[in-house]
Amino acid sequence: MAETFTNKTIPFELVSPERVLASEEVLMVVIPGEAGDFGVLADHAPLLSSIRPGVVFLHLPSGEIKKIFVAGGFADVNGTLCTVLAEEAVNVAELDRAQIEESLKGFQESLDLSKEDAVKSAYILQQIGVAQAKLAAAAI
Amino acid sequence: MPSLKEFRNRIVSVKSTRKITSAMKMVAASKLRRAQSHAEASHPYAVRMSNMLSRLIANININETSPVLLGGTGNQNVHLLVVITSDRGLCGGFNGSIVRLARQKARDLLDEGKDVKILCVGRKGRDVLKREYAGRIVYTFEGLGRKKLTFGDAMQVSQYVLDMITRREFDVCTVVYNQFKSVMSQLPTAQQLIPFAPPVMEEAKADTGPKALYEFEPSEEEILEALLPRNLSVQIFRAMLDSAAGEQAARMTAMDNATRNAGDMINKLTLRYNRARQAYITKELIEIISGAEAV
Repeated sequence: MAETFTNKTIPFELVSPERVLASEEVLMVVIPGEAGDFGVLADHAPLLSSIRPGVVFLHLPSGEIKKIFVAGGFADVNGTLCTVLAEEAVNVAELDRAQIEESLKGFQESLDLSKEDAVKSAYILQQIGVAQAKLAAAAI
Repeated sequence: MPSLKEFRNRIVSVKSTRKITSAMKMVAASKLRRAQSHAEASHPYAVRMSNMLSRLIANININETSPVLLGGTGNQNVHLLVVITSDRGLCGGFNGSIVRLARQKARDLLDEGKDVKILCVGRKGRDVLKREYAGRIVYTFEGLGRKKLTFGDAMQVSQYVLDMITRREFDVCTVVYNQFKSVMSQLPTAQQLIPFAPPVMEEAKADTGPKALYEFEPSEEEILEALLPRNLSVQIFRAMLDSAAGEQAARMTAMDNATRNAGDMINKLTLRYNRARQAYITKELIEIISGAEAV
């Protein structure tokens, strides 16, 4: 556990284009980076990483763990602050399984319809990836 | 002198105009509140995005191999103006001031011998600009964010701009929009988007901090490649949100003035109506009295 290493906190911010989702002190935050998950503790080396669809885990000083789903974006860690710029972000608790499954079905149907259009099917494939990641997140 | 009936009709019609303008003012006020909070909510993202980008750029060298969004195409010949106006009128000088700035810019660039292309967001700007620059308008986006402006709407615009730059149809891109200062004032602003020029923001300066050596995952180029188009969308989104809030503010002020004007007009008309009625009564009385005296 993170607590055994240090109890220093680092300010963390999660921002989406529509609003600021989280802005608080955390002991550790685990971010699903493009090249693999990574945890950020206080005094982390400066890092810029892109993010794949997945769940960001916030380890709060109270011992509570907050989970927020992000559909991609960027993480910026400088010596004093960790910022995640998310494309789309929802609290995991607010994810609705049935609704996601339905939209997934819709995407798969439209994928069958638009097989010839490379650009469109690439976009739909991406959306399917996001929806599947959402499902996986809802299952945690 | 118009007859009494004509006066009455005019008063009635001005009264109903006043009702309409005051209703429009109320609607604009409530829409303004929503648009304003929406614009403020997106502000942190835009600030952090440009902070991140500035820091990233400080870490790399700009050369010919840099992405076009950052380094430009190497020329300065063709300019694209993205002009953001509203779809609807009746909002005072809101669209007029934007169009004036856009026209000024276009004229300056043409005088310098550059080529100008115009991308309109919002119908009102196109309606005016096409009188002078019909051939230069490449496309018009209409009806974006009629209900609520989403990031997807801004993506449509930025995608169009990105497609154009991939085809090398312009060299420099500038967005012209109304910056939302306060309810009373909207500032027509021109901001260069491509090649990327970090906007001067107070907050951006505050936390540049000590220059740190960054690690990049997966790699500098890939992040830059993904971050630059993203930033373009964000900047356009911010401009559109500012413009949407400004539009409602301008409409509210304009309708407030119109309502007050209508009130003044009703007072004046009522005065003249009463005077005419009194004159009419006096005239009748004189006729009766002089008739009685003659007997």
